[in-house]
Amino acid sequence: MTELGTTALKAREPLIFELSKPGRHAGSQFPPQVAGTAEIPAHLRRATPPMLPAVSELQAVRHYTRLSQMNFSIDTHFYPLGSCTMKYNPKACNTYAMLPEFLGLHPLGPEPQGFLACMYELQEMLQEITGMKGVSLTPMAGAQGEFAGVAMIRAYHRARNDLQRTEIIVPQAAHGTNPATAAMCGCTVKEIPCDANGDVDIGALKAAVGPGTAAIMLTNPSTLGVFEHKIAEVARIVHEAGGLLYYDGANLNAILGKVRPGDMGFDVIHMNLHKTFSTPHGGGGPGSGAVGVGARLLPFLPIPIVGKEGPRFRWLSERDLPQSIGRLSGFMGNAGVNLRAYIYMRLLGREGMVRVAEFAALNANYLLKRLQDAGFEAAYPNRRASHEFIVTLKSENRLYQITAMDVAKRLLDYGLHAPTTYFPLLVPECLLIEPTETEAKEDLDRFCDAMIMIRREMQEDPEKLTAAPHTMPVRRLDDVRAAKQLDLAWKPAA
Amino acid sequence: MAFIPHTGDDIAQMLEVIGVRAIDDLFDEIPAALRAGALALPPAMGEMEVGRLLTERAAIDGRPLNFIGAGAYEHHIPAPVWAIATRGEFYSAYTPYQAEASQGTLQLIYEYQSMMCGLTGMEVSNASLYDGASALAEACLMAVRANRASNSRRILLPRAVNPTYGQVARTIAGNQDIVLEHVDYDRASGRTLLESVESRAGEDITALVVQQPNFFGCLAEVDALTDWAHRHKILLIAVVNPVSLALLKPPGQWGGGVDGRLGADIVCGEGQPLGVPLSAGGPYFGFMATRMQYVRQMPGRIVGRTVDTEGRPGFSLTLQAREQHIRRSKATSNICTNQGLMVTAATIYLSLLGSEGLARVAQASLQRTADLVAALSRIKGVTVAFSAPRFHEAVLLLDRPAAPVLAALARRGILGGLDLADRFPELGHALLVCATETKLDADIDSYADALAEIMNAARAAA
Repeated sequence: MTELGTTALKAREPLIFELSKPGRHAGSQFPPQVAGTAEIPAHLRRATPPMLPAVSELQAVRHYTRLSQMNFSIDTHFYPLGSCTMKYNPKACNTYAMLPEFLGLHPLGPEPQGFLACMYELQEMLQEITGMKGVSLTPMAGAQGEFAGVAMIRAYHRARNDLQRTEIIVPQAAHGTNPATAAMCGCTVKEIPCDANGDVDIGALKAAVGPGTAAIMLTNPSTLGVFEHKIAEVARIVHEAGGLLYYDGANLNAILGKVRPGDMGFDVIHMNLHKTFSTPHGGGGPGSGAVGVGARLLPFLPIPIVGKEGPRFRWLSERDLPQSIGRLSGFMGNAGVNLRAYIYMRLLGREGMVRVAEFAALNANYLLKRLQDAGFEAAYPNRRASHEFIVTLKSENRLYQITAMDVAKRLLDYGLHAPTTYFPLLVPECLLIEPTETEAKEDLDRFCDAMIMIRREMQEDPEKLTAAPHTMPVRRLDDVRAAKQLDLAWKPAA
Repeated sequence: MAFIPHTGDDIAQMLEVIGVRAIDDLFDEIPAALRAGALALPPAMGEMEVGRLLTERAAIDGRPLNFIGAGAYEHHIPAPVWAIATRGEFYSAYTPYQAEASQGTLQLIYEYQSMMCGLTGMEVSNASLYDGASALAEACLMAVRANRASNSRRILLPRAVNPTYGQVARTIAGNQDIVLEHVDYDRASGRTLLESVESRAGEDITALVVQQPNFFGCLAEVDALTDWAHRHKILLIAVVNPVSLALLKPPGQWGGGVDGRLGADIVCGEGQPLGVPLSAGGPYFGFMATRMQYVRQMPGRIVGRTVDTEGRPGFSLTLQAREQHIRRSKATSNICTNQGLMVTAATIYLSLLGSEGLARVAQASLQRTADLVAALSRIKGVTVAFSAPRFHEAVLLLDRPAAPVLAALARRGILGGLDLADRFPELGHALLVCATETKLDADIDSYADALAEIMNAARAAA
């Protein structure tokens, strides 16, 4: 049991406002008083100071350090969150992206040749890895990359005066951002089922395509954790119907160097650099959702893009790409995140890039087999795991009234972050488990041992699960109350 | 092998458990015809070599003396901000879906939301959007959902609003048939005047955007514009600089002369000035706040305070029925990942500065820009474009094209401002300059001396 790495997180920390005392401050952070008479006209000034804490520097440092200790993270815990690719974020990527010259670059200053050289090479490397013809780094997260992709598809059909193509086909198992993105681009969504093996139902696809088809959005391997066998056939059906193929890069980690989306027939892809290329998730961003396109969509890429003229790099804008879907951010997207991805790719190089998929697959298939041997049920037992796989707890739910949520919360007590739960929605009581390539065999074994212990607890002491977690700063939270009695901001007592 | 922990024995044992002979067998479901050949990528580098490469590249770009603002502002960033934000527990955590194991991030976001409500004077804030420009796009989409009195999807977007924000809003909102219509600015004062919008009274308009301070750094009569909008059942979207709010009337208190309807309806903006480095344009973060009345129309994640099964307070993501993972194609937005780590930095920044420190930063920026404008406008051939009161930016007019002047300044290591020739050709040779608290008297003197020399030399050569 001690080997399982159970560690309780730190207990409680008051709100920063509760530490606040008028008159206290972090004085060395104040700028010097500047002599002069400049002032805001009285009627445009604020009457009372904004509600902000008044604390010392140490109080702030201690408070936020303590809050950090109330988190699980990759640096502290195994984090097999399916579909999220929680691999090690190399420290070098952060250290060298935060060199003072890079941090000081004003986005509207002269085109920074050192920085742009990195971005240009990043575009080229991503293009090579995905088998596409052009890359834009501007989308700021996966969902914005999806938006850019679907907006390009719409622009392509419009440019051909093919105006009725506004339907986007998505498999039922698709990530929620796919249909949400289609709607944001003014498209309608048609969902099609998957067959018993987790592949797209070809009959349903044939029935769904037609003159209104703008595109199909797919992840491959799919969110079911399996490689889409019939991808070539899917591509042929959609292309013959006049639609395009969109690749959601959420699961790109599974196939790096093994198969390229461009070679599978995809016309556009977004990559989550914060997954596959190991930029940090930061507790919810910033991500980066670079897009790659085949020849047909090249003119529509979002701007800016880095171009090269002789030895000089420059930003390409509206003038260079008059058919571009336009700008998605105030400047050039999450530049510093892209720089981290660049550093990661240089560290790995061509040898390391192929190993990503190999060892992600090795870890996933090993963990799947061990869990199956221990009696857990795989959702797709006849398929190879890709970089992730689904375990369904429907038998455990029937036998012991234990839910996937109970298991997820109990894993926290064992010092293991929970896998993704209840996604994809069509597999009952599911855990989507993605160990990633940077975990050692011992960590996978530890996870498996914990799952075996939890299975025993289901039978002997189910309350251990239903009341879990026991070692976190809080017990399970009342989400209904959170949504009904909205408390979204602290207010000083009247 | 970089970051791969497997030993030869590990691999052999794992393959045996799986029941395959080689790792490549795990890819046997991929059709052979589709398998990739060798990738044309550069070879792997060690950390030392990468460090050297990046250090060399960084040195090419150097560290010029910067007087550009235009939506990205150079402020001092206290050392604790990034020392704490880059702690692995913040840096390498995921979105806080497992609330019990993410109380640190969740509590921090709740504190952030509280601080943004304090700064903006609004009732609720979300947990961030991507950046200021895309936040305006989301605000336009939200206004269409929230303003049930309007069916037109027409939004008035003054030209004095950052023009890039308008471009981004068109890219993002344009596919939903939302029309952004320009309102001109007053050439003398540099502001959007009440007279310019009054001619639109009686039309079906969904929202009016007001940026304060505007792209030129000028301060508008926001009370009159807000009341005009509310009188005509138009929602008011405020775009604001959070540092300026230490001094300026918060959008939550704009207007108030129409049926007691006080304040802007949606407030958004660029959060970068709050402890986020310039970093070539990103990552930054967008913020958004609104009235409680519209909270269910707001995009993005929101954290709420609730209690656990033992009645102790705790924090969780709430109102998730608005979001894509629940509502799919009916969601308020497709946004999923936002800019969490930037919010972490901003929250630490605001805690260190407090209202007193932030006011000192804002006041020093205001004064430094006044000093800069005074010093530069003493130079022959340089005049001030607009008469309106300013915050920390100003438009200067030169008697010759700005581009060669800026290039000459850049050769001396000075970024002298943003050339407005492409964005606002009607202004002639216009230059947008900015000075924050980071600029000292000596910096302003260096700029003024260099500009005087360059202008004089150009005049002599002509």
